[in-house]
Amino acid sequence: MKTMKKLGLAALLTGTLLVAGGASAQDHGGGHVPARQSWSFAGPFGTFDTAQLQRGFQVFREVCSNCHSMTKLNFRNLSQPGGPQFSEAQVKALAAEYKVQDGPNEDGKMFERNGRPSDAWPSPYPNAQAARAAIGAAPPDMSLLAKARSYSRGFPMFLVDAVIQYQEHGVDYIYALLNGYSKNDDPTWNDYMPGNHIAMAKPLSDGQVDYTDGSPKTSQQYARDVAAFLMWSAEPHLEQRKKTGFRVMAFLILLSSLLYFTKKKIWANVAH
Amino acid sequence: MSGPSTYVPKSALGRWFESRLPIMGLIHSSFVSYPTPKNLNYFWTFGGILSLMLGVQIITGIVLVMHYTPHVDHAFASVEQIMRDVNWGWFLRYTHANGASMFFIAVYIHMLRGLYYGSYKAPREVLWILGVIIYLLMMATGFMGYVLPWGQMSFWGATVITNLFSAIPLIGESITTWLWGGYSVDNPTLNRFFSLHYLLPFMIAGVVILHVWALHVVGQNNPTGVEVKNVERDTLPFTPYATTKDGFAMSVFLIFFAWFIFYVPNFLGHPDNYVEANPLVTPAHIVPEWYYLPFYAILRAVPDKLGGVIAMFSAILVLVFLPWLDTSRVRSANYRPVYKMFFWAFVVACIGLGYLGAQPPEGIYVIASRLLAVYYFGFFLVVMPLLGLFETPKPLPASIADSVLGKGAHASQASAQG
Repeated sequence: MKTMKKLGLAALLTGTLLVAGGASAQDHGGGHVPARQSWSFAGPFGTFDTAQLQRGFQVFREVCSNCHSMTKLNFRNLSQPGGPQFSEAQVKALAAEYKVQDGPNEDGKMFERNGRPSDAWPSPYPNAQAARAAIGAAPPDMSLLAKARSYSRGFPMFLVDAVIQYQEHGVDYIYALLNGYSKNDDPTWNDYMPGNHIAMAKPLSDGQVDYTDGSPKTSQQYARDVAAFLMWSAEPHLEQRKKTGFRVMAFLILLSSLLYFTKKKIWANVAH
Repeated sequence: MSGPSTYVPKSALGRWFESRLPIMGLIHSSFVSYPTPKNLNYFWTFGGILSLMLGVQIITGIVLVMHYTPHVDHAFASVEQIMRDVNWGWFLRYTHANGASMFFIAVYIHMLRGLYYGSYKAPREVLWILGVIIYLLMMATGFMGYVLPWGQMSFWGATVITNLFSAIPLIGESITTWLWGGYSVDNPTLNRFFSLHYLLPFMIAGVVILHVWALHVVGQNNPTGVEVKNVERDTLPFTPYATTKDGFAMSVFLIFFAWFIFYVPNFLGHPDNYVEANPLVTPAHIVPEWYYLPFYAILRAVPDKLGGVIAMFSAILVLVFLPWLDTSRVRSANYRPVYKMFFWAFVVACIGLGYLGAQPPEGIYVIASRLLAVYYFGFFLVVMPLLGLFETPKPLPASIADSVLGKGAHASQASAQG
């Protein structure tokens, strides 16, 4: 038993060394590797910063949503626990600012009405073709963007990530990308875009969004806030998940130790 | 080993029922009085863990189906609906998605344990082959389940794997069209995958019953590989000994599982699967789920498409012939010093192939895949048959009881010295 364990360890180490050589050859499709940021929602006890999500929503609404859709977001989500937590009255008023198509009515006609909290976030273009016709490219839907983007950490860091619970690759990538327009003479250049060419022109600049809570009105701050908002929109139950996780872990560790001592007692008088 | 039941019902109702359907006696002889070797280590708890995982997958799967829509226009959205609007939907889906990976982690440990201790050798050949059938059914189930969320990797993974059948000469194209239900992966494909993904787990459950039945006829192998000689001296009743040990192991395994569900739920997934399937956009790298990667590497190691497909399926089917490829008279690798080295090299080769399966099929990666694939087959087809003839095994203990007592004596000696 002991030898098997020891040999297992040796085999894993050998495996590690074997593949480590190949892994260093990996790169990020010609781009830079995004830096790891510190986020309030990282780690086992992470929670969203409500004020940050509200600012992020403001950036999304005033800047991103002019081109990007967010089809999985409903107005009502903006007031649910674990999110930006606007009041229900605020959400109702916000939804009413938008026109939504409904119908058919009794005469069989489609009609427009003011939005309600139960409505989905309206998309800027009816379909990808319309977006392409209007602005030359179809921007990706933003609902899941923070989980649909990532970058390779290579070997062995990708294994370490499971242990240290590093899960924010997508958010870090989005933050880096928004700050990655480094060449003034080439507006399509982005340090972090795979292949370095991006269809989106630099979307954020200092002073563009008027924050009311005194946060700095810099493009870095906008990028940080909107990236956090996108994490929430991709994983709206993140807080509930991590909170539940702690209780489940505590229960399972207690159960395991009780089972361990039970097993030990039962096997106490048996040579095995 | 489990002969006629010794179960005696205590109540009059119990006696009445037992004489009409002896199911309580069957349960008693299978899970209470069933004799288990004294010296089993924790690698023997994975059978129980696998039964638990099958149960978890079936229960979470049944509830997920209540909210899922198998249609190309709605599948992706309905999965997101589960994640966002269904009460505890995120928990159900993350449990089911990570549960598949946990199932495979457990099955790989279970299989390697069998390989190390020679559990496939006579009289356990049928038991082993039933296990290989379960593994094949698991692979099919996992593959079809991954297609259901209808993300980019779902779609393109399905396209790549079903396209493999087109390599079959003459009838390959027709078979692929038949599998798809059309001329590409589309709604009919999604519908039949959904149907089969719901069916196969119950087939797995059926074969698991046969697997456990076969196990209870021949009895468990053990770390010495020496058969039970005296039930009194060598074994302990399943309850309470194995039940408490299995219970503890399951609970620890659940901690590992919960870590993935609650803290790193997307670690084992692919980001592209959070992008809805789009037949017009091919992802940069199409990668299957991690548990197929070693076989995917073998597939791509062969320059010829048909040859690759044959190699990939042979890599799994070779396991069926294992009981007859191994010529050694000794079961356990603990007493086979040379085999032990080849075994661990095999484990390393599998991990290496898994890594290479996730890399682009070019340059050094292909060469490394070829070398490891040659070792993979060499292990089964050359090492196993020849080693049994040339290797000198270490002396075996006379019985399980002797090996256990020998270890105890050794331990007490050591503590006396310390």
